[in-house]
Amino acid sequence: LLDSLTRSSKHFNKGEVECLVKLFNRLAAEPSNHFVNVGLDRNVFKDVMHRTFGMTDDVILDRVFRTFDKDNNNCISAVEWVEGLSVFLRGTLEEKIKYCFQVYDLNGDGYISRDEMFQLLKYCLPKQPSEEDTDEGIKDLVDIALKKMDHDGKISFMDFETTVRDDYLLLEAFGPCLPDIK
Amino acid sequence: MGTALARAAQWTAAGSGTGTLEITPLNESLLNQIIKFVEDFSSRHPQEAAFVFREPLEWETQLSSSVFGEDYEINDETAQSKAKDKDGKPLLLLTGSTLRVRSFDQLSRLLEVAVEKKLKEVQACLEANRDPIVKILGPAYGTVEGEDRSMLHLLDKVKRDDDTETEMKIKIFVFLHQLDLQLLNSALKQISQHVRLNPAAIDNEVNLLKNFSGKGEDTVLKSLQYTSDYVFFNGCRAPPWRQVHGEVCYLVIKPHDTGPLYITCSTAGVFLNGVSMKLAVIMSSILSYCHNTSYKTSPGQRERLLHATYGFSSHILCHRMAEAICLYETVRKDTGVERKSSTVSLKFKKKAISSESVKIQSSSKRYGLLISYSLIFKFLFSLLTVIVTLFSICTTPDMFEDESSSETEEDEEQPVCLQERSTDLPPEYWGIQKLAKYLKGGNATATVIALCSMRDFNLAQDTCQMAIRDLECLEVLINLLETEEIRCHIGSLRILKEISRNSMIRHAISDLGGLQIMVKILDSPSQDLRCLAAETIANVAKFKEARKTVRQHGGIKRLVRLLECTSVGSTSPTTYQVKDTEMARCGALALWSCSKSTRNKEAIRAAGGIPLLARWLRCSHVDILTPVAGTLQECASEPSYRLAIRMEGMIQYLVKNLSSESEELQMHCANAIFKCGEDKETRDLVRQHGGLQPLSALLSNSENKELLAAVTGAIWKCAISGENVSKFQEYKAVETLVELLPDQPEEILVNIVGALGECCQETANRSVIRRCGGIPPLVKLLSGTNQALLVNVTKTVGACATEPESMIIIDRLDGVRLLWSLLKNPNPDVQASAAWAICPCIENAKDSGEMVRSFVGGLELIINLLKSKNKEVLTSVCAAITNIAKDEENLAVITDHGVVSLLSKLANTKNDKLRRHLAEAISHCCKWGSNRLTFGENKAVAPLVRYLKSSDPSVHRATAQALYHLSEDPNNCITMHESGVVKLLLVMVGSTDETLQEAAAGCIANIRRLALATEKAKYG
Repeated sequence: LLDSLTRSSKHFNKGEVECLVKLFNRLAAEPSNHFVNVGLDRNVFKDVMHRTFGMTDDVILDRVFRTFDKDNNNCISAVEWVEGLSVFLRGTLEEKIKYCFQVYDLNGDGYISRDEMFQLLKYCLPKQPSEEDTDEGIKDLVDIALKKMDHDGKISFMDFETTVRDDYLLLEAFGPCLPDIK
Repeated sequence: MGTALARAAQWTAAGSGTGTLEITPLNESLLNQIIKFVEDFSSRHPQEAAFVFREPLEWETQLSSSVFGEDYEINDETAQSKAKDKDGKPLLLLTGSTLRVRSFDQLSRLLEVAVEKKLKEVQACLEANRDPIVKILGPAYGTVEGEDRSMLHLLDKVKRDDDTETEMKIKIFVFLHQLDLQLLNSALKQISQHVRLNPAAIDNEVNLLKNFSGKGEDTVLKSLQYTSDYVFFNGCRAPPWRQVHGEVCYLVIKPHDTGPLYITCSTAGVFLNGVSMKLAVIMSSILSYCHNTSYKTSPGQRERLLHATYGFSSHILCHRMAEAICLYETVRKDTGVERKSSTVSLKFKKKAISSESVKIQSSSKRYGLLISYSLIFKFLFSLLTVIVTLFSICTTPDMFEDESSSETEEDEEQPVCLQERSTDLPPEYWGIQKLAKYLKGGNATATVIALCSMRDFNLAQDTCQMAIRDLECLEVLINLLETEEIRCHIGSLRILKEISRNSMIRHAISDLGGLQIMVKILDSPSQDLRCLAAETIANVAKFKEARKTVRQHGGIKRLVRLLECTSVGSTSPTTYQVKDTEMARCGALALWSCSKSTRNKEAIRAAGGIPLLARWLRCSHVDILTPVAGTLQECASEPSYRLAIRMEGMIQYLVKNLSSESEELQMHCANAIFKCGEDKETRDLVRQHGGLQPLSALLSNSENKELLAAVTGAIWKCAISGENVSKFQEYKAVETLVELLPDQPEEILVNIVGALGECCQETANRSVIRRCGGIPPLVKLLSGTNQALLVNVTKTVGACATEPESMIIIDRLDGVRLLWSLLKNPNPDVQASAAWAICPCIENAKDSGEMVRSFVGGLELIINLLKSKNKEVLTSVCAAITNIAKDEENLAVITDHGVVSLLSKLANTKNDKLRRHLAEAISHCCKWGSNRLTFGENKAVAPLVRYLKSSDPSVHRATAQALYHLSEDPNNCITMHESGVVKLLLVMVGSTDETLQEAAAGCIANIRRLALATEKAKYG
């Protein structure tokens, strides 16, 4: 397993893969884990991402989990773990754009729609006096983002890629889903 | 003592090389303290006093060997101590006036024998040894800027091996440190008298202290509150009738152990109500106590001592203080606080400490050994901040800087006043307002979206810039720079970079403290961020205060560091190199902006910027060359830079870039050559690197006026060297210059005419100017008012006048009259230059005597200039008088105007050039009436004789001629003879110069004839 992972991994060397797998095994062995010794369940994964990278946004964390979990079985296998982290930690700009888009595309239909954006940006503003005010503020923000990225009401992968290549600050436009740039 | 010497002491000619200590009260008190320290050293620490210095302290003494007593071996010029080190070298050695001392023991003895010369000796010693610690303990202990880790290294060493020498060194180092602190402290006392408090600073401090107060054992204070919540418009809380006394606000402070303390804050300081003593005094007494306690203990002992003396909490305090002082170095970097507020905080912290000390005292009694360490730590912390602030004051580089700094500002911009705001706002305003909401209220994600969208507005447009400012986005943008989010930093800087092209925004950014933050960002690990910050600084630092701020916060050093490329040696043009170039470009842009201030030029040099600029000058990207060359030409106003530009071989590359595609770059290079052309070697280098041809070629581009000004300036300076003139002749530069004469702005004319004037050294060029029709425009310029231009024009016209054909034209255009009227110009340079130009005119004009007479009042005017104080004016007027006096009628007129007595008054001059022309004038004036006699009566003869002792042969010739003419009068002969002229003239007779020979011989003949006649009369 180790060797095949090392071979397939673009951004990690053997030692690093080894460490990641060790970490995976330790996490998988945790008693709270749903799939003991097989893979990481959602909670364990979210927990480790939260602890290691300080990611707090639950919606985003869910999506990150889904993006890691390529076969959609609600369990992250060792391969998924290493491959996911490879993009997450060392990915090229292209890989990262793809990854971020997948995270933000909540329903996986290939577009980030207005509603999805609203969901993602829901907690961006501090509480306003009334619920409506907050919603209004978020809607405006969605409009601003849409105007920046596209004009037809939803963002395709092409739109997203073009925008990010133009301004890499917008890579994590709808919420932090990568480790902090240092 | 290094820090105190480097920072507090007031040096003349600060910076490199040897400066001297100015004689100021502050310096005197510093010196006195040092003397006291050294004098007491051998009695207080006999062991350490015997320690032999790594290198001797060496200086020029005023003491003679005779003052040394019996412990010294003395033989005439030298004295050496009987005490020797283990290699047998004497610990004190005096040879001639050079004194070498190698131990404290000898130093204190020396001061003993020096008696009242003590102060002078210590001063001389410190001037010769700017960092004495280095000599005493070795280079590792030198005073370094910023973090000083030598103490920590030492501790490490002691831990590792237990050798006595290191221990000794440590002790001495600590002693010197103590002294250092003491010096700084006393310097601070003097300085703090000039600093006053303001409400904002107090408020900051109170808020800071509030963070450390509350319930529980681990806080400094129980509470800290203003007596009144109402704040007046000026920030004060005191009622207006108390504000007139300078009071700002009142505080109630509740410490943990005693009752509440009532504090009054006024502009003069912070006072405890009911106690008339300034808290500053309390603090200084604590500190001085701390200085007096010993450091002789090792860390372990100190711990034990701490336990043993816990009852005497003041001792503990002092111990902790001692430790804190050792520690201060590591924190010293955090000195970004402004000076004023730091003094304030100092005073406040003093207050905190005094209450703290009370608290510790009582609590220690209650808890015995269990003195709350957390309390001590808190205390330590506050003490630390005191010390930090203390040093921040002393290490702020410009502490002693004269605020009216010598910065030369030609292009100082003033913020343009806001135009009348129109009633209907542009659509951009509303767009930006929408975004502003998210900037202010949103989290990082929303902020980034807003920042990126804001860039879609045309930020170069005035309306957008103003909208950003008016919507208070500027504050938010600057605040974002202080957040943790790097993406926010980048987004914000991108916008600031664009809008800071507006001068009002620049001032606003600077006022909001944006520069300080951006300077800090220059240390960021992200290259993008560093670039953006540097570019923004480049935009903002277009005015004086901003440049000063950048310097004072260490920005120059950081900017220079951007020029260091990290990927040197890598062969392939990787992305790294691209990034390096980009970073260097941004750094150079910022340096360019900053380099408009003289002090910044110095700072760039001190930060090692010159070699880096030289390295980048060698590359071939116009993007980076332009700011680099721009910085260099700006800095070339300093002689040190001019030398460096020559020595670092930059001339070659400046010349190379004259042929660049970019006109801006060409201009900077030409300007740099213009400024550097003052030095002969540089002019030669420009020629050797083939720079004269491109310069001549650039003259054809007369559209770009800035470029033309730079190029003509460069040609002017280069033409000062004769070899260059012939090169310019070859490239037909003179013709082109003449063609450029009509219709140019004055600053270009100055350079063009200056260049023509220099080219006229070559006779051929004079006729070129005439043939190209250059004389009429030149003569026309004589009626101008620009003084620099007039100096150059008169010089050039004068040079042309040496050619008779040109002279005809000048005469026809009434040029001589114009020249003559320039003698009335108040500027002595113009006067002198005009007088010089008049000489060839008189020489070469037809009927010059008639012409001169035709200027009504002209002769009187020029004679009156003999009363000038300026040597050059006097010399030139003498030369003109020589020419005027060739016409007999005119000579008669000037005699009537009293030329003889005026010339005689000048006779005692020491200036050889003036002597020569004066002697010529005198010899020509002798030809009229009784002038010879009058010169004698006015005592002009004897001084003239002395001229013969001058080293200048041209003076000899003129003088001999004058003496020859004067010797026609018998009385003058007697005076000359008495002054010992014969012996001197006899030597001159042997000269190879025929005129001199003849004049000398003639003079001797006259004297001899008189002697013979006298003898004949006597003996019949």
